[in-house]
Order: sequence, then structure tokens, then C-alpha cells
Amino acid sequence: MLIAFYMSAAVAVLATMVAITRRHAIHALLYLIVSLLAVAVVFYIIGAPFLAAMELIIYAGAIMVLFLFVVMMLNIGENATEVESLWLKPQVWAWPSGLATFLVIELMYVAFHSARPSGQMHVTTPKEIGIALFGPYALGVELASFLLMSGLVGAYHVGRRASREEEQYSAGTDGRRVVSGSNLVRAGSDRTSHAA
Amino acid sequence: MYLAVILFALGLIGLLTRRNLIFTLMSVEVMLNASGLAFVAGSYQWGRPDGQVMFLFILAMAAAEVSVGLALFLQYHRRAPALDSDHASEMKG
Amino acid sequence: MRSLLWMIPAFPFASAAVLALFGSRFSHRLAAFLGTASVGLSSLVAGFMAVAFLSSTPVNGGWVQSLWTWMSVGDFRPEIAFYYDQVALIMTLVITFVGFLIHLYSVEYMRDDEGFPRFFAYMNLFVAAMLVLVLASNLLVLYVGWEGVGLCSFLLIGFWYRDPTNVRAANKAFLVTRVGDTAFAIGLFLLATQLRTLDIQEIMRRGTGEWAAGSGIAIAAAALLLGGAVGKSAQLPLQTWLPDAMAGPTPTSALIHAATMVTAGVYLIARLNALFVLAPPVQFTVALIGAGTMLMAAFSAMAQHDIKRVLAYSTMSQIGYMFMALGLGAWSAALFHFMTHAFFKALLFLAAGVVIQAMHHEQDMFRMGGLRSKLPLAFWSFVVGGSALAGLPLITAGFFSKDLILWQAWAGPNGNGGFWIAGLLGATLTSFYTYRLILLVFFGAEKAEVSYKPGVLVSIPLLTLCVLSVLGGYVDTPPDFGGTPVFSNFLNPVLPALKEMRVGPITEGRTALCASAAFAIGFGFAYILYAPWRSRVRREDPLLRLWQTGWAVDWLYDRLFVIPFQWVVQRSTSDVADALYTGIAGLIDQAATALRASQNGRVRWYATGVAAGFVVLFGIVLFVR
Repeated sequence: MLIAFYMSAAVAVLATMVAITRRHAIHALLYLIVSLLAVAVVFYIIGAPFLAAMELIIYAGAIMVLFLFVVMMLNIGENATEVESLWLKPQVWAWPSGLATFLVIELMYVAFHSARPSGQMHVTTPKEIGIALFGPYALGVELASFLLMSGLVGAYHVGRRASREEEQYSAGTDGRRVVSGSNLVRAGSDRTSHAA
Repeated sequence: MYLAVILFALGLIGLLTRRNLIFTLMSVEVMLNASGLAFVAGSYQWGRPDGQVMFLFILAMAAAEVSVGLALFLQYHRRAPALDSDHASEMKG
Repeated sequence: MRSLLWMIPAFPFASAAVLALFGSRFSHRLAAFLGTASVGLSSLVAGFMAVAFLSSTPVNGGWVQSLWTWMSVGDFRPEIAFYYDQVALIMTLVITFVGFLIHLYSVEYMRDDEGFPRFFAYMNLFVAAMLVLVLASNLLVLYVGWEGVGLCSFLLIGFWYRDPTNVRAANKAFLVTRVGDTAFAIGLFLLATQLRTLDIQEIMRRGTGEWAAGSGIAIAAAALLLGGAVGKSAQLPLQTWLPDAMAGPTPTSALIHAATMVTAGVYLIARLNALFVLAPPVQFTVALIGAGTMLMAAFSAMAQHDIKRVLAYSTMSQIGYMFMALGLGAWSAALFHFMTHAFFKALLFLAAGVVIQAMHHEQDMFRMGGLRSKLPLAFWSFVVGGSALAGLPLITAGFFSKDLILWQAWAGPNGNGGFWIAGLLGATLTSFYTYRLILLVFFGAEKAEVSYKPGVLVSIPLLTLCVLSVLGGYVDTPPDFGGTPVFSNFLNPVLPALKEMRVGPITEGRTALCASAAFAIGFGFAYILYAPWRSRVRREDPLLRLWQTGWAVDWLYDRLFVIPFQWVVQRSTSDVADALYTGIAGLIDQAATALRASQNGRVRWYATGVAAGFVVLFGIVLFVR
């Protein structure tokens, strides 16, 4: 058991490390899916089979697929990959790595001093989870449904292609704003910096 | 638990490093996953099912957040020439 | 009757207030009526008061009317109180009556001016302030009036404020008199603290009682008061403002700078005569200043080409006569000359106004000529007034008053041959410049077209003042010519007469002859130089230039005071204190710029910040606690 845990843990860490260092978006996402698979195995090992299944179905199956679809839809092309190589010079990794290392040290410290796992491993059945969800966590379930609903509506609205009139109406301000920089905002900021 | 910590840190590194928005979102997913793992590990440590239930909520939240995030991402892509998070720095100053 | 004393200044003051608040909504007729009637009423009350006073003259001291206590701070309890005695009687009568005539004149003269109500408001305020000054029972009220006339002088000189030259002239007048006012204020403080009172009669009593003659403190107090008087009356060394003050409207010049305000200094010294008697060096200085100014101004008047500036220097010179008289102890002579001077100088200014009006505001005498036939009223006014100024023997008021001063200069106890000679020289010069003016303006070839007929409101004051200029002198004639020293006797209780010391072969009659000779000499020279048949060319020679600029005092003061002051100001615009404040501001600015750099709008940067902050805080929680 322990070996399986360590192996899948190693796979997860490795896969994530590789995932965040890829230049090509699709490659990174695929590696991420591998990482999620490994984490699902870890879930199974520590006695949460239902969650392992959930992770696979929802996380790897739905969310990542959504990611992939969107990335493919945008059809970014070779250009993005070259740009990424420009952006990912080694010195870029310095600061974040340092910061994260500190974080790791601190959190490890906390984890080290917290309680040890009890010897008995308790496998949680779906039934138990279901009882918990309908019992103490019923409110949470409702809230989650709110969240999902708002997510749905929001995603639909934000993501839709605007109709012709809307585009004409907003073309003047938005388009110019992003492309050349809004005169209002940027001009103001320029002025303040000159005033110094 | 340590695994969760490591994964979280990796996700943080990814978030801070990558400029492309896709990768930013991806790193956020990594971080969420890692924190979920932490919850489950806690549940394992203390023998209670609460952590797992929490993970389900996290999952639901992640789903919603991803969908909205990608929608925003689509909008941004339509208007901006590049998918550069540094480009979107109009609230500076 | 005495309870009506407060009305004398109250009428013009109320009118000034009404005109100031509502004047712009009044028609010109209403404003004119209000402005003139108030002064007229005031003069009526003054007249009644005079009659009442004359019929029941109090034996010692005058009438006091106390209105209220201004403030009560410890032992210091000044009251708003008025004091009426012989001196006040003369002053109020002259001020109100001449003021009334000038207001009447102004109704027509300022008719076309858009600031008509404002003008009358200022003039009324001035008359009110001047009356407060002369009726004041204590020095504090006097100072209020003093400041008031200074203010109104400023307002009226700069009446046409849209022209910067006028504004500068007004500023100059105010600043120069301010120097004197400051000396006066310090003198007040000295008197108040040393004698513990500001009441004028009390001051004189206690001063003579407590201070020895010639003591340092008496000298200090008298000298400071002299400083104030010098400023207001445009004597050396504070005389530079008067010629420039001619930028104001002519009625203003007539009222303020001929008849009343400039004589405030004379009044002050005459009122506090006991104090000056206690300080002989100061009194001598008064005479010196008077004689010096008299001569200096007379020389300057000879070289002027602006008609009003001649009159301004002439005023300066005549007040010099009054100061000289005061310095010699001839108090009533000084007041007598004040009275006659008020008459003929106002007359001259008003007539000059007619000339200026006719010449379409041209004031250069060398561009005038031959106005005798076109402006007969102005011509005769100038002849009468000018002769009074020059001292035409026997038939003009000026002759008698000037003669009295000269006599006192010779024969009085403080008298001095030097002053007498100076006085005679002054008389010669006065005669010269007066007839120079008349000859230039009214005789000779006509140089400009004139078609102006003065109206009734202008003519009446001119005629009245002509009459007064002739008859006013008969109230005090010397023994050889009639012997009616009514004036001096009248003022005797208040202003002690001088004992005559040098009685001898030279009597008053003889000095009068000398004065007449001086007059004739001056007239002769003027005629020779400026006779109608000679061409009038402005001569430009350096001596004349010197005299024309008033002995270059302006230039001197500029070098002495103005330029160093400006230099100091220049140096202190960015001095240490400024550096401190600018430094603080700069520091804050830099800090702000530095902080602003942290807001670069990038998500990654903010996320880094969050993470770093978390790391630090977490570390603190874990390891430091």
C-alpha cells in the first residue's frame, strides 16, 4: 500500500512540475490530467474511493476537457509557443520558486506538528457521504447549487459573442481601450507619474 | 499531507511565473486540487468524513469557476491582441 | 444744545453708510441730494452750536459730550466723547461749510461719472471722519478719525481705480502717511502708559504737572506725535505723496488736500500745544520742518507745468507756514492761516477744476492760454484766490493771516530773524508761482478751443469762496490796519497768545510793508517772465528739473528704502523656512512616487504580493510567537 502511495505521489509531483513548465498549452494540460489521475489513485489509497471517482469524472473528465476544448477552439497556433519560450527564461523562475519554498517549509512545519494519522484506516463509502450531505451539510449543498447556477449563467453571458448592435455600441470604447489604452485611464496615470 | 503542500507550492509557482492566461488558470486548478487533497488527507488523518464532503464542494466550486473563467478568457481574447496577463495592466498607477 | 454735538459727524456718516449700501440703486439726483444735504445739515448744526457757544461761553474748558464707554479693560476705559471749545468751533465751521460748498460743486462736476454715488459716499465718510477727528475728546477717538481720513484719502485718490497710475498714487499716499500714523500710535501708547489717560485736556494737565520741561519723555512723546502730524500734513520728510495725490478728482483735492485732511497735523499740534511747550527742541523742530517745507515746496511749485501740482506744492508750502507758526508758539496765527487757506485754496482748486473741465482734462499749463475771456468766472476766481494766496495787501484774507505769522516770527519770544527772512522769501516765491500760473493759463495766445460754461452749482461755491477769501481776513487785523484781533482773542483761552518781545522800531506795520514788498517783487518777476506778449516755452534746465521733481526726494527715497526692501524680500522668497516646507512636500511626493510603483496592474505581481505576505505572516505566527 505504502509503495503505491509513494509511487503515485511521485507521479503526481513530477507530472505537475512538467505541466507548469511546458510551452505548448495542450501538452501542459495533458500532463495536468496525468497528475489528476495520480491524485485520484492517492485518494483511493487513503480510503476515499468515492472521491477518487468524483475527481476522475468531474475534474479530469469535465473541467480539463473544457479547458482543452477552449484552448483548441481559440486556435492560438505556433505564435503562442514561441512567445512562451521568450517569456520563460530561467531567471523568471527564481523568485516564485524561492517564495514557494518558504511556503513549503512553513506548511511542512505545520503539518509536521499536527496529529498523526490513527492506525485504523476507515474507508468511506458513498453511503456515508450521502448521509453527510443530506444531514449536516444540506445547506452547503444548496449553496453549491446556487454557485453552479450562477456559474452557468455567468459563463453563458460573459462568453457569448455579442450581437451586431452591441458590438457597434461598445466598439468605440472597448476596442480602443484595450488596444491603444484608454485615454482616460492611461492619460491619468501618465500625468500622475509626471507630476512626481 | 506533505504531498498536498508540495502540489500547492508547485501550483503557486506556476501561477506566479506564467504570463499566458491559460496557464494561469491551469495553475489555479492545480492549487485547488492540491488544497482538496489536503482536505481529504486531513479527513484521513482524523478519521472523519467531513473532509471528503468538503472536497466535493471544492470540486463543484472549481467547476463553476473554471467555466466562468474560461468565458472571461474568451472575451478577453476577442478584444486583446495577445493573451498576456501583463498586457492587462490598465489599473496601474 | 450741547447734546446735539454728536449730530455734527453723525449726519455725514449716516449718509455715507446709506450711499455705500444702496447708492448704486439710487438715481444720481437722490445720491447728490443725500450727500450734499447731510453735510449741509451738519454745517447748520455746527452753526447753531457756534452761536450757542458764543452766547454762553463756559469759563474753563469746553463742552463735553460723552456718548458711551468704548471698552472697559482694567483701568483702561476710553469713552466715545466729543469736546467742543473755541478751536473745535472754528474747525467744525470751516470743515462743514467749505465741505458743503465743495459737495455742491461736485454735484455738477462729477455729474457724468459712473461712480457718482460712490464718490459722495466716500466724501461724506471723509467729512464724518474729519469731524470726529476735530471733535474728539480723547486721543483714541482722534485716532479713529485720523485713520478714517487716511482711508478716505486713499479711496478718493484712487477713485478712478481702473487706471493703475491712480492706484499707485493712492497706495503711495496711504503708505507714506502710514509711517506717520505708526509714529503717532507709538506716541499714543507712550502717553497712555505714562500719563494713564488719553483724554486730551487731562493729558495736557498731567503732562505739565508731572513732566519737566525738556524731559526726555516729553520730547519722545512730542516727537512721535510730530511724526504723525508730518505724515498727514505732507511735510518733510513725509511729503512725497501729496503731488501724486492729485490723481484724484478735483473736488477731492479741494476738500482733502487743501482744506482739511492735510491740516489735521496742524490741528493735532495746536490741540496738544501744552505737550509741545514741554518739549522745546521738538517745537523748534516743528518750526524748522515748517520753514524747510515751505521753501522747498515753493521752489518746486515754480517749476511745475501741471496746474494741479502747482496747487499741491502750494498747499505743502502754506502748511509749512502753519507749522512754522506752531513751532514759534503762535497757535492762533496758525489756525487763522488755516482758515483763510481753506477758503482760498479750495477756491483755487475748484476753479482749476473748471479750467480742466473746459480744456477736456488737459492739465498742462503750457498748453493753455488766453482763457480769460472764455472762462471769466474761473479767471476771477483765480485772481481772487491767487491773490489771497500770494498775499495781496489789505484786501485779501491771505495777507492778514500770513502777515500775522510773519509778525510773530519776528517779534515772538521764540522768534528768530531767520524764520522771518524765510517767511518773506516764501512769500516772494508764492507770489511768483501764483502769478506765473495765472499768466500762463489766462493770458496770452489761446492754444485750445474752449466752449464750456460752468453751471449754477459750480458757480455758487466759487463765488462764495471768493467772498470769503476777501472778507475772511478781517477777523484779525493788526493794530496798524484796524486793530481787530477778534480771532486771536477769541482763541485765547484755549490757545495762549504770545507775548511780544521785540518791540522796537520794527512794528507790525513795518513787517506788513515788507510782506507787501515781497508780494510785489514776486509779482514783478512773474510778469517779466510770463507776460502775455512773451512766448511760453517750457524751459528744460537741470535746476528746474530738480525743482520740478520736488527736489528729487522720490528718487532719494527709492534708493534709500524701496530698493533695499525689495532686495531683502527677494532674498527671503526662498529662505530656510520655505526650504523646510518645500522639503516636506518634496519628501511626500517622492514617497508617493515610490509607493505608486507597486501598483503596476499586473496580476502576477499582485499574486506574488499575496503569497509573500502570507509567507511572512505565517512565518511570524509560527516562529516568532
